Amino acid sequence: MRESLRTIFVSFFKIGMFTFGGGYAMIPLIQREVIDNRHWVGEKEFLDLLTLAQSVPGPISLNTSVFVGYKVRGLRGAASALLGAILPSFAIILIIALFFTDVRHNPVVDAAFKGMRPAVVALIIGPVISLARGMHWSMFFVIAAAALAVWGLGWSPIYVLVAAAAAGIAWELTLAPRLGKKNTEKDKD
Amino acid sequence: MLLLWQLFVSYLKIGFFGFGGGYAMLSLIQNEVVVQHEWLTNAQFADIVAISQITPGPIAINSATYVGYSVGIEAGSVWYGVLGSIIATFAVCLPSLTLMILVARFFMRLKNNRLVEGAMRGMRPVVIGMIAAAALLLIFPHSKAPDEQNFIDAWSWVLFGGVFVGSWRKVNPILLIVLSAAAGILIYYVF
Repeated sequence: MRESLRTIFVSFFKIGMFTFGGGYAMIPLIQREVIDNRHWVGEKEFLDLLTLAQSVPGPISLNTSVFVGYKVRGLRGAASALLGAILPSFAIILIIALFFTDVRHNPVVDAAFKGMRPAVVALIIGPVISLARGMHWSMFFVIAAAALAVWGLGWSPIYVLVAAAAAGIAWELTLAPRLGKKNTEKDKD
Repeated sequence: MLLLWQLFVSYLKIGFFGFGGGYAMLSLIQNEVVVQHEWLTNAQFADIVAISQITPGPIAINSATYVGYSVGIEAGSVWYGVLGSIIATFAVCLPSLTLMILVARFFMRLKNNRLVEGAMRGMRPVVIGMIAAAALLLIFPHSKAPDEQNFIDAWSWVLFGGVFVGSWRKVNPILLIVLSAAAGILIYYVF
């Protein structure tokens, strides 16, 4: 049965409507809708898709939406899924922006934002620590160097990312095969 | 018109280099919007991150809509604002849309590709560093101007510490933001 574009749009609109914070928070909702409710993709295919969605730039939730939409109804399906996923947040932020310019200088609103600003920074630092703890200790220097280059030296994060990707590819092509061989030899002993 | 074009290019770059998504994109957004183009102050950037936490959708989309509106409205009327928000939101989605379709169509095998794996492995620690850089810039801005500061007194650090402990204990971030807004009203308005 051919799914209508409207069904795709509505499904992703619902997902976009109820995913606060974005990113990984969206994944369980997408999973329930596209696997359990609609049977658009299978469980295993969805896991493969998540791996791919993380290798492609952009928010993971959007990448996943585009992929599922494309799989169900091709280019139009992808466009419908994307539109559905972003429309709720677009509309809500636009409404906030429309009114925010007027209420920003209201003393109560101003006081509330003075309280929220340091809170936001604390919310950002949490994941830095938990992500860094999952890495090998030597990576600490890479993390620190990247942070200092972008914050301290004011380098564009784009250059830092490109350099890191190049270094990763070079490692994979030159040193990793040799190290891998060494390890397998060790396993034999 | 030039402003709208710059907006499009900036958010296209953010979308195209937004590896890791979510928080990983903060530094890219900050670099384009606060450091290079000065469309928002450091404090306004923190505000939009706060708003993004309590509204649906990824921060990249939320910031695109918000910044697009703010930039557009400076170029003219409210309609330029709406146009700006559409342009920026479209621009930030465009790389996701095209790359993901290409992947779905031609590169399903990319999953176990050594080059992709190598690039991802190289970027992983750097992305963590970039999130740290975004946080550092929010705490210690390059400028001393008062409207660039997010930490204005000792209370800021108290709130920072409280929310940090809260998020460590897996308290819902929306609740933490709402509580800190209430605390802000008590500290800076009522008393």
